Amino acid sequence: MQERKIRVLIAKPGLDGHDRGAKVIARALRDAGMEVIYTGLRQTPEMIAEAALQEDVDVVGLSILSGAHNALVPSIIKKLHAIGLVNVKVFVGGIIPQTDIPSLLEKGVYAVYGPGTNTQAVVEDIHQAVHH
Amino acid sequence: MPSINPQAIREGDRLALSKALTAVENGLPESQEIQAALFPFTGQAHLLGITGSPGSGKSTLVNQLAKFFRCQRTYGKTPKIAIVAVDPTSPFSGGALLGDRIRMQDLSGDKGIFIRSMASRGALGGLAHTTAAFATVLDGAGFDMIIIETVGAGQAEVEIASLAHTTIVVETPGMGDDIQAIKAGILEIGDILVVNKADQPGAENAARALQVMLEMGRGGGWERYPAGKHMRSGPHELKNPNPDPSLPTWQPPIQLVTATDGTGVEELASYVVDHKTFLKETGLWQIKESHRLEKDLEVLIQDLLLREWLDRLEDGQYEVVLKEVVTRKRTPIDAAQSLIRKIN
Repeated sequence: MQERKIRVLIAKPGLDGHDRGAKVIARALRDAGMEVIYTGLRQTPEMIAEAALQEDVDVVGLSILSGAHNALVPSIIKKLHAIGLVNVKVFVGGIIPQTDIPSLLEKGVYAVYGPGTNTQAVVEDIHQAVHH
Repeated sequence: MPSINPQAIREGDRLALSKALTAVENGLPESQEIQAALFPFTGQAHLLGITGSPGSGKSTLVNQLAKFFRCQRTYGKTPKIAIVAVDPTSPFSGGALLGDRIRMQDLSGDKGIFIRSMASRGALGGLAHTTAAFATVLDGAGFDMIIIETVGAGQAEVEIASLAHTTIVVETPGMGDDIQAIKAGILEIGDILVVNKADQPGAENAARALQVMLEMGRGGGWERYPAGKHMRSGPHELKNPNPDPSLPTWQPPIQLVTATDGTGVEELASYVVDHKTFLKETGLWQIKESHRLEKDLEVLIQDLLLREWLDRLEDGQYEVVLKEVVTRKRTPIDAAQSLIRKIN
């Protein structure tokens, strides 16, 4: 019997085209023994929710640098819930102003990370989120 | 976790299907029940394998093929397509980066397509241990075509040939000379050979090298070889190396494709349909199915025997014998025999 691996979808919603951060996180989670599905640039909320469903992930990690997080993130969470993925934990990383963080957390985001975040901290938070 | 309803899967519930695949992948207790409920409905889907070196364009080609078939009425209706894309698991961390979906963005938003990425989890044949079981679940769920993309394969990852009805081997220009083409292994299993990146220089040469290989011997069609019995079936362990002369031969076509812009995809798709028709008309479809199920059975027997043996082994026995091997007091084969005898 195999142990259950943590499956993570890393997605870049919206129109910014820089995915270095997403790749760094994807690599760090891979090295922490997780199965990471990276879907590439310019995803719509529908595409992300559908990919999360097909891949049956435990966690969705969103990388956003464009400033559109207040519009995109709630929309993605709504879509996830609408298709029955109520237990999937949503993480957000990128350029997110401090003042926007409380409202994102309130709308169901598990954690928000800015530049310079230690990847080990993200790994630990994911373990925490999935196992509780 | 709530139990998964096989009936919901039959009715097209994508979440139930996804949960079922997870259960199968992790060997959860309910996976047997799900497979048992779906098994009677299987045997309908066309299993199409895509293999080739890392970076040869397999995912991009899958994207194009699926897109093409979704616009066709090849099966009398627009086929529902499932895609299983396998990528390697890190031997060090046990983690994996599954990136095949990146190339399949054209397919998102199409409810007639279901894509699932899979980590190889230590299996070496180019697939994961549970890929065949995935095919069973997806077949039972009513998909008309199941496209299975292997990990980037080198020369020996030939397991796909015993799972898929039709195997496409993807080559690219500049992969080596005609000696590479006559080596044993992956090229032998192709029912259809593709030279991808045909817009690059050297594509014609690559196609010619493959042509020469085919003219010198055979490629593909290993189902014509009499099945070896008793743990010996499969394309790589044939008891009788001569094909059964009473069975018809499929001559593998070679197709130049540029997967990034779709050139050659229509022709490739027609070969896929031709091959299916050939298998059905000649009865080789049934032979292939029985080979595949026999192989599944063998793998399961090996698995169960191993598990049973592990269960019956007393604590510490294994470690004691292992130490004797490490200190060179026993040969590995002697140690293995003694461990197996201990529980009998």
